[in-house]
Amino acid sequence: MQNLNTKLDLKPKNLSAGKSFDSKQNVLPAEKKLDSRPKVLPIKKIVKETENIWTFVFDYSEFNHLGERSKPGQFVMLWIPGVDEKPFSIAYDDGREFWLTIAKVGHATEQLFKLKAGDLVGVRGPFGTWYEFESGEHLALLAGGYGAAPMYNVARAALEVGCTVEFIVGARSKNLLLYEGRVKELAKKYNGRKGGTRGGAVGGGRGGVGGGLGGGAIFYHAATDDGSAGYKGYNTEVLAKILNGKLGGGVVGGAGGKIDRVFACGPEIMMKKAAEMAVKKRKKCQVSLERYMKCGFGVCGQCCMDDSGICVCKNGPVYDGAAALKLREFGRYHRDGVGRRVVR
Amino acid sequence: MVKTKVKFCGVEFKNPTVLASGVLGVTAASLRRVVENGAGGVTTKSIWLNPHEGHRNPTMFGTEHYFMNAVGLPDGGIEKAKEVFAEYDALEKAAGGSGSRAAGSRGRVAPLIASIVSGKAYEFAKIATEAAKLRPDIIEINISCPNVEDEFGTPFACSATSAAAVVKAVKDALKDEKFKIPVIVKLSPNVPSIASIASACAEAGVDGFCAINTVGPGMAIDLKLKRPILTNRVGGVSGPAIKPVAVKCVNDIYRITRLPVIGTGGVMTGEDAIEMMMAGATLVGVGTMVYYRGVEGFGLIVDEMKEWCEKNGVKDLNEIVGCVK
Repeated sequence: MQNLNTKLDLKPKNLSAGKSFDSKQNVLPAEKKLDSRPKVLPIKKIVKETENIWTFVFDYSEFNHLGERSKPGQFVMLWIPGVDEKPFSIAYDDGREFWLTIAKVGHATEQLFKLKAGDLVGVRGPFGTWYEFESGEHLALLAGGYGAAPMYNVARAALEVGCTVEFIVGARSKNLLLYEGRVKELAKKYNGRKGGTRGGAVGGGRGGVGGGLGGGAIFYHAATDDGSAGYKGYNTEVLAKILNGKLGGGVVGGAGGKIDRVFACGPEIMMKKAAEMAVKKRKKCQVSLERYMKCGFGVCGQCCMDDSGICVCKNGPVYDGAAALKLREFGRYHRDGVGRRVVR
Repeated sequence: MVKTKVKFCGVEFKNPTVLASGVLGVTAASLRRVVENGAGGVTTKSIWLNPHEGHRNPTMFGTEHYFMNAVGLPDGGIEKAKEVFAEYDALEKAAGGSGSRAAGSRGRVAPLIASIVSGKAYEFAKIATEAAKLRPDIIEINISCPNVEDEFGTPFACSATSAAAVVKAVKDALKDEKFKIPVIVKLSPNVPSIASIASACAEAGVDGFCAINTVGPGMAIDLKLKRPILTNRVGGVSGPAIKPVAVKCVNDIYRITRLPVIGTGGVMTGEDAIEMMMAGATLVGVGTMVYYRGVEGFGLIVDEMKEWCEKNGVKDLNEIVGCVK
């Protein structure tokens, strides 16, 4: 398997999990990772996506001791000094800046939202596994709610190696569709380039995927519960149509043609459905697991999932979809801060 | 073929490596995964009678030489522990499990040690009684965790009389159990004389020891924030740097009591484990190693122990227990 954009160092190793939850490929060399003290740096900029969802921007030049650019799907532990430290997916990372898109949902994030540019926070990581793909592939990215941000990171990285991306995002209503503007900017930048697919929102026909000819392309598909934008219904329904190659019924555009991989990030029920669909269609699939975390690096055992005991922070969060379906607790329950089972 | 089987208080382990309490010990699935990666036995995260919250993050970090934690002993209480034990046995059964059966106990292929903790001396008897119903292979009394000092004062393990009182309370509570479960106590190195603490516990009837718990507690300050990194401000130190302290403590305890010890502290490799056994440990507790080598490290350590034995003419690991001059 060869993903050869060396600029990005996105060489996929054997796909994470699935075969063995102890796959060594996701354990980075010990020497590099041994210092897990937080790196304290200022917030560079805050972009308010909505009133309760903000993007915190950080500058890599403050971050020189890590020297390791994250890969799409990874997370960091963010320390809000004097308050708490929580895991957050990386929404964007170009080696110069990285972003965390965060929703204000509890005590820790409430305090975070009182901070401003210039205030100091701590970052540990990047931790965890990442989405793996090859250059020129046709990817279906399924994003639910907050999952749009890390999926944007995947899309951006995939486009750089000539992939064609169906960006399928779902939300309750139009105003909760995150990152729409940024995805459309990617479309402007990439679609219709020489060698790429016949671009634009109405999309090419079958077999129109650029695939390795130098271009990538991205197609934005929105799904809202209330129909205020895009398709009225669930984003999984849109995914189904795209996988079947049967557009219409409110689903338009896209590159057409065979999907190579399905990536999902969002509510677990959504990811479970996506994985089931992918398995049925024999498509490679990766999902992003999420569990209550404490240490973030595979020691405390707080985020381990039944029945295989994998740590979400070390063997995930990005995990093979078929393997996730075999985890007894996937889509069924999770655990609270003292390890008790909580049924969804 | 080097013989790696050891018996500890009558409980048989296929090899002397034991997962230390506090690492990967929250769920049965996680404990089983450690076993599948080569550990001879596993210890649960410390069990409270009732659910107990831990500290807010940051609670853990590591550097090349040491690791620090102030997790604060979060636990779901005895009710949650019941599930852990039931699931552990179900998973072990499902895994087929061949090999020797521990004599006189539940017959687990990989013994399951219940670590119990309490803030009050008199409550230890209660938690011990409840824990015994879970049918652990061994009960490990945690009186040495430094991360609850502010709430309860100095850990019991820092006073010979307090430690002995807790041991006696637990042994008394369990004396009518027809199912004899060995009781060991986990000691703290943060005392002027661990030998005197151990001696008092031995007199109180303890069956063995686990030594050591973390060193310190220590503190780590972030220079930019001028703030301790750990939310609890202080935390227990573990990892490579503490091995010499652990080896010495194990040796002190072994020489004065001659009781079996789970030697714990800074063990990263097979040679570290051999060293611990030479000091007097029958079993070797391994925890922080997971940060440095991953859960796969258990199997690697066992392989490394065998390799050392083959190179040095040792046919049976039991030969080296306490052999230091």
